[in-house]
Formats: sequence, structure tokens, C-alpha cells
Amino acid sequence: MSDTAVETTVKGHKRLERNVTLLGAAALVTVAIGGIVEIAPLFWIDNTIEPVEGMRPYTPLEQAGRDIYVREGCYTCHSQMIRPFRDEVERYGHYSLAAESMYDHPFQWGSKRTGPDLARVGGRYSDEWHVQHLIDPRSVVPDSVMPTYAFLADAPLEFEHIADNLTALSYIGVPYSEADIEQARQDVIGQADPDVSPGDLGDRYPGAQSRDFDGDPDRITEMDALVAYMQVLGTMVDVDSAAAQEVLAEESGR
Amino acid sequence: MATNKRIDEPTGTETVGHEWDGIEELNTPLPRWWLWTFYATCLWGLVYVILYPAWPLLEQGTEGVLGWTSRGQLEQALEDVAEDRAPVMAAIASTPIADLPLNEERMTQAVAGGAAAFRVHCVQCHGANAAGSEGYPNLTDDEWLWGGNMEEIEYTLIHGVRHPGDPQTRTSLMPAFGRDGILSADQISDVTDYVLSLTDRGSANAAGAELYATNCAVCHAADGGGLRAFGTPSLNDAVWLYGSSEEDIRTQIVAPRHGVMPAWEDKLDPATIRMLAAYVHSLGGGEDFMEVAPPAEEADGDE
Repeated sequence: MSDTAVETTVKGHKRLERNVTLLGAAALVTVAIGGIVEIAPLFWIDNTIEPVEGMRPYTPLEQAGRDIYVREGCYTCHSQMIRPFRDEVERYGHYSLAAESMYDHPFQWGSKRTGPDLARVGGRYSDEWHVQHLIDPRSVVPDSVMPTYAFLADAPLEFEHIADNLTALSYIGVPYSEADIEQARQDVIGQADPDVSPGDLGDRYPGAQSRDFDGDPDRITEMDALVAYMQVLGTMVDVDSAAAQEVLAEESGR
Repeated sequence: MATNKRIDEPTGTETVGHEWDGIEELNTPLPRWWLWTFYATCLWGLVYVILYPAWPLLEQGTEGVLGWTSRGQLEQALEDVAEDRAPVMAAIASTPIADLPLNEERMTQAVAGGAAAFRVHCVQCHGANAAGSEGYPNLTDDEWLWGGNMEEIEYTLIHGVRHPGDPQTRTSLMPAFGRDGILSADQISDVTDYVLSLTDRGSANAAGAELYATNCAVCHAADGGGLRAFGTPSLNDAVWLYGSSEEDIRTQIVAPRHGVMPAWEDKLDPATIRMLAAYVHSLGGGEDFMEVAPPAEEADGDE
């Protein structure tokens, strides 16, 4: 390298070091390269946008339960992400698929397990068990350190504005139909109140279970919503179906 | 400016050439070990990118020449462990449950496998030590609602208790004597007193005894010992599923609670269910079959 070449290089870098605007712009370009390579492809490569059969948005009642789950900070101790390892699959069931959290805003994967993973807890226990466990965790799991959530059974569910929740979610890509949003309040009642017909809830939300979840048929409580949410977790996609297994077996590049 | 490079006398190292207020910087070369480690990591990274999935492209990431996938690795791990277990699982599944205790090694394997499965599927209700809790039966004692030999335990595991959708499920249904108005409040008090008297508490009264004989004895037996055929609990011992206080007993007579156990037939394979039966049976309260044959001499089970 000639002396002049060295001199111009140094000059160029010096200029960058002495001009804060230029330095900022150059740093942005450098960091953006990392972002483009590592983050941007996640929005289009097959692995992360694989479509799966069976996914549907949460019913208004399940969505309300999810909001309680987030409000109470359940995610600080419970993850919702079964990783593809033998020990996890043998204990919790089939590993989670990216598409299974496609309607979660934000997703509840979590990063810490003080309690067990809940990604596939749906249908694993009876409603009675969930209610008893939330009211007094020690009564069924003696060495549990989970706080009690007995107040949920006494707190009436506030779903006055549930349609607005659904509207907000539809803005960010959750495909709630106009009928879903219009009938949101009615759907909450229809799903949780055994005396009210759920109407066409099952057509708009395939597989939605309607019953009294908290053992108190007279009113709709936050317990109803949370248990309804627990019981749907991980149940929408039939991951063990032959077709699903075939697709997963042929995949490569992950 | 990089013009006044010079050798620093005390260290013998060249300076980088710039100077501020008399402060200069030594141009000490990187240690060799550090440099070579750096080159090695570069090389390792290059090899990794070639062998394993790495660069995200338009459709999907690069696949890597090894064709490794995390899902494929899991699949392999599950296959390997299934293969390891296969001989034992097959042997347990093909051994009639009554013959299982005759083969000591097979029985040991079944109890160990059952203990592992119990921790995954059963502890949530029956407890980590299988001692149960209110509403969930204790499996370590010799009080059995539906029978405590291995065959009966296996049947309960397969078909569950009051499991909707299984016609062979264990079912018993106590009438709600209070809620449905079968007995009056006074009568229920009398019966409660009588039931308490079976465990030497409260006062036996003639009215209660009569009501018990007409309404309860058909299922709970005249002496309160319970009847296996109906899955009715005994009322004359210290084991109470829903509590032993007067209040608990009264509540249960007024509007009984009925527990549910899932039918595991749909969720677990027959060998695992058999192992669970062996484990639960081994917890302390297991009952013998009518007659257990002495262990056969040649049953050394070297499979």
C-alpha cells in the first residue's frame, strides 16, 4: 500500500470519527446489515410461516382469559413453548409449531419455567381440577409454590368492551370477521353460560367448547375465562395427524 | 498523524504514531495464542456454515450438506429410546397381568416404568407420593373403591371412573338426598349422626339406623363397610374421600360430589397402563389375586 493510499484511508476514517451525524449514519447502515440478514428473512422463509390446519382466532371468552393470563403475569413462571427435545416431548407432548402462536399478540412463549410448560395443557385436566388448583394450588400439588388465585372465582368477568379488543386485534392481522366482532359480547355469554345457546359460535370458531367452566353456572367470572383459555391451549392443531407428520418429516433447513 | 512512529525505549515496542499532550500509544501485537484462536473460530464458523443449516435465503435457509434438522434429531432420539424399550414393553404387554408378579425381573421393570409414567400422568391429582387429597383417592392405603388387585386397578386405568364416552367406565351415582328432597333436613341429621356412630363418634339413634337401613345399606352395606360391586366407599373406617367431619358428611348426603378419572386407554399404550397398574399395586395397599401361584423356578426372564 502506498503512502498516499494510507493517508486517504486514515483521512476518511478520521472524518467519520469527527462528524457525529456521519458516524451515526454509518453505524445505522452497519447494524442494519445484521438486521437484514438475521431478522428480515423470518418474514418470508418457509420455516417461520408454515401454514397449519386447524388454527383459528381465540373466541372472545378465550381471549378474555388470555388477557387475564397476561394481567396476572402467568408468563413469568409458565412458558408456552415445547422445544423439540426428547425430555420435553415425552413430558408435554408434541413440540410447538410457529403457527400455533400466530394469533397471539404478544406471544406467550416465555423464557422461564418455575411451573410447567402450558403450551398443550388443554384437555389434560378437568375443569374442576383447574378451578381447585387455581383456588388452592397446594390442595392438589402439595409442593407447589404457585400463588393462590381464588379471587378469580369471585371476580365477575368484565366484557363490556370485548368487541373493541377484537377490533384492535383485527387491525394487527387476526382475522376476526364482522360477525365475530358484532356478536362478541353474545359469544362470551353463549360459551360460558350453560343456559344460553352458543348459537353459531361453533361454526365461526371450529372446536370451541361451550359449558360452565368454573362450576358456578349462575354467573360468568374471570375463572370461567381463564379455564376456557387453559382448555384450548395447544388443542387447535392436530399435530399427530398423519398429514402433519408427513410434512414435518420432509422439512429441511432448520 | 502517523508520521512520528518510533521505538519506545523502555519496552522496545513501536508506537502507533499519534500523540496527544505527550501521551503515546504502544502498538503491541496481539498475543499469538489469541490470534490463532481467532483464526480457528473463523475456520470453525466456515465449516459449520457448510455442514449445517445457516444462511436464510429467499424461500428457506441453506440446508447444510449433512441434512441435519432439529426435528430430525428429535425423531431419531425418540426412535432410539423406543427401540431400547421395545423388548421390555412388548414382553410386559404380552404378559397377562395375573402372571406379571410371577416373573420377578419383569415385575421390577413394570414397577419402575410405572413409577416414571405416574410422575407424568397421575401426580397432578393423586399427588407426588400417591397419597391423594380431598376428592382424589389415596393409592397407598388398602382402601379400594373398585378393587385393589392388579387386574382391577388396570381396569380402572383403562376405562376410568365416570369417564364420559366410555361405556365400560366405572360408575356409581349416589342420590342427592337433600337437594332432590328425598330426605328432610331432620332425617339427614339423623343419618349423619348414625354414620358418625359407625366410627364411634356421635350417638347411634334408632331413627338414623332405620333411615340408613332403608336408604343407604343397599349400597354401603349394613355395617357401613361399602360394596366393591357398586364402588361405594366404606363408612366405618378412618379413610374419607370428602372429609370426615359432621359437616363434610352432611354435605355429601345433601348433594354428593362425584370424582372423575380419565380413561387412559385413548392416551397411553397397553404396556404403560399395565406398568402403572403394577406400580400402583406396589405402593403398599395392593391386594393379592384369589390365589397367587408360587414363583416358577425357571422363570428367570433373560430376554
